Amino acid sequence: MEKILVGLKRVVDYNVRVQVKRDGSGVETDGVKMSINPFDEIALEEALRIRERGEASEVIVVSIGSAESQQQLRTGLAMGADRAILVETDTSTDPLTAARIFKTIIDRENAELVILGKQAIDDDNSQTGQMLAAIWGRPQATFASEVSFDGNTARVTREVDIGLETIEIDLPAVITVDLRLNEPRYVKLPDIMKAKKKPLDQLSFAELGVEPAPGIKELAFEPPEARQRGIMVEDVAGLVAALKDKGLV
Amino acid sequence: MSKVLVIAEHNGTALNQSTAKCVACAKQIEGAEVDVAVFAASASSIAAEAAEISGVDRVLVLEREENDPAIAAVLAPQIAALASGYSHVFGPSTAFGKDVMPRVAALLGVNQISDIMRVEGTYRFRRPIYAGNAILTVEAPAEATVVATVRTASYQAADGGNTAAIENVSADAELPTHTRFVGVQTGQSDRPDLQTAAKVVSGGRALGSADNFGLIYKLADKLGAAIGSSRAAVDAGYVPPETQVGQTGQIIAPDLYIAIGISGAIQHITGIKDAGTIVAINKDEEAPIFEVSDIGLVGDLFNIVPELTDALN
Ligand SMILES: Cc1cc2nc3c(=O)[nH]c(=O)nc-3n(C[C@H](O)[C@H](O)[C@H](O)COP(=O)(O)OP(=O)(O)OC[C@H]3O[C@@H](n4cnc5c(N)ncnc54)[C@H](O)[C@@H]3O)c2cc1C
Ligand SMILES: Nc1ncnc2c1ncn2[C@@H]1O[C@H](COP(=O)(O)O)[C@@H](O)[C@H]1O
Repeated sequence: MEKILVGLKRVVDYNVRVQVKRDGSGVETDGVKMSINPFDEIALEEALRIRERGEASEVIVVSIGSAESQQQLRTGLAMGADRAILVETDTSTDPLTAARIFKTIIDRENAELVILGKQAIDDDNSQTGQMLAAIWGRPQATFASEVSFDGNTARVTREVDIGLETIEIDLPAVITVDLRLNEPRYVKLPDIMKAKKKPLDQLSFAELGVEPAPGIKELAFEPPEARQRGIMVEDVAGLVAALKDKGLV
Repeated sequence: MSKVLVIAEHNGTALNQSTAKCVACAKQIEGAEVDVAVFAASASSIAAEAAEISGVDRVLVLEREENDPAIAAVLAPQIAALASGYSHVFGPSTAFGKDVMPRVAALLGVNQISDIMRVEGTYRFRRPIYAGNAILTVEAPAEATVVATVRTASYQAADGGNTAAIENVSADAELPTHTRFVGVQTGQSDRPDLQTAAKVVSGGRALGSADNFGLIYKLADKLGAAIGSSRAAVDAGYVPPETQVGQTGQIIAPDLYIAIGISGAIQHITGIKDAGTIVAINKDEEAPIFEVSDIGLVGDLFNIVPELTDALN
């Protein structure tokens, strides 16, 4: 295949303990470490391996977000992507709108494969890939833990609740990746220098002709109900007694 | 008035408990009429089970060879066709529901509400974001179909005892052939199912090997418990992926959860927040798992677990 598109979303780093703002208007992101959504790094790694095996010729990373998302795109270029596209917007993007954006880029680039994360760890929506496949009228292989190609078909193993399911899909298609698909490579310093010279195009919603989808209103953010810290027991006898007390054994 | 269509999850012969949980959630919408749709090749036993769920008005049966095994791209156009006439379409927030429901939403031109944990109104729901570190109240536009997944750990399955009407219906949709089922590999076990078990014993990286996980199996068998694990244990190959509990694994709500040699990373905790009693066994008294556990025991699991298994005789 010619081109693979990979989505890179800029999200709060997974190590950060996210705090809800006092006024309930959102979560605290000031001064918080931001990173590539961890699933998207895995998506990119897979795309790079497909290209390195000679099964694709170009990997394009795409981010929809603020100008700062350039940082994540540059990291993606340093990992080995050939080109980057930033679709700039100051508001957060819902999955259907993101899917519509990806669809316009597929059409412009004639991409045959789109690899996305199975979910973005900020909104935990897990929708974009499936929606893109729907509006594109193409197959989706979600939660992938193994991917291989045979001509115009892909064989994908998916992590489902009862184990591992394998499906076969015709290209073009959308794949969303799970954690165990691969381990993303580390970026080396010379690669960061080289990445500065790689092309990073900026596009707007208007240029792509995409109208934001009817949104779901976000009314209020609250911290979760905290579980209370319980008791500590000294030994196994104490544990068994405490369990008996609760009628659990 | 609200009319909710619940998409049944099943394995081709039996209904999954997630369906009765979706019905329980749907029933929280004031005055809602709830229908369950069963897409299958041969639906009679599944439909009969669905008809027993209390609160269900009708069970709609769509029998078609192509519906077994379930493939999202095949089901979605049929569900979308059936959705007209309904104000809401709900599916479970399981691997099945997460795969198919967003595809339905996109066909209907709406965003999906993922992981409903509480119904606040006909169009207003609460859902967790940031791995459960924040709870967001959302409102869907009243003029469009609400497509949503239900966070199954937040709901008790609706009771049985009902005798809802079962009707055969058809959905006018063209089905794609671009996606084909090849097979499924499942860690065959006669142990209780992780999603529905009342008790779960879970092991982490500290177990150190697949062999050592035998300690966890022995304790679980003693308790009649299902097996769980942390991501680190799965990544290391000690246990199969379907045992993983957490943000990207299974979200569960057993009466008893025993975490053994698991540090309690936020991504793990988010999968067990709704458990009745959490027990933690860890050699590090500072381990974050103790912050959320009801009963904690500091010590070496390789001593404690065999001793506990014996003590439960
Ligand atoms: C995007 C993303 C999603 C993730 N999703 C999940 C998920 O769904 N589920 C999940 O579990 N993780 C998930 N993780 C990984 C998570 O961040 C942690 O890395 C993981 O949970 C750690 O597993 P662990 O507790 O087994 O290992 P560790 O963190 O290494 O903890 C091992 C614990 O064992 C204790 N220990 C060691 N030896 C002994 C002994 N002899 N006796 C008693 N205690 C001992 C140690 O004190 C330590 O607390 C995710 C991470 C990311 C980035
Ligand atoms: N704003 C965005 N920019 C780039 N990729 C995105 C964006 N939103 C979603 N995606 C992709 O879609 C995946 C699933 O996101 P979500 O549906 O929001 O959970 C992510 O892992 C990304 O690969």
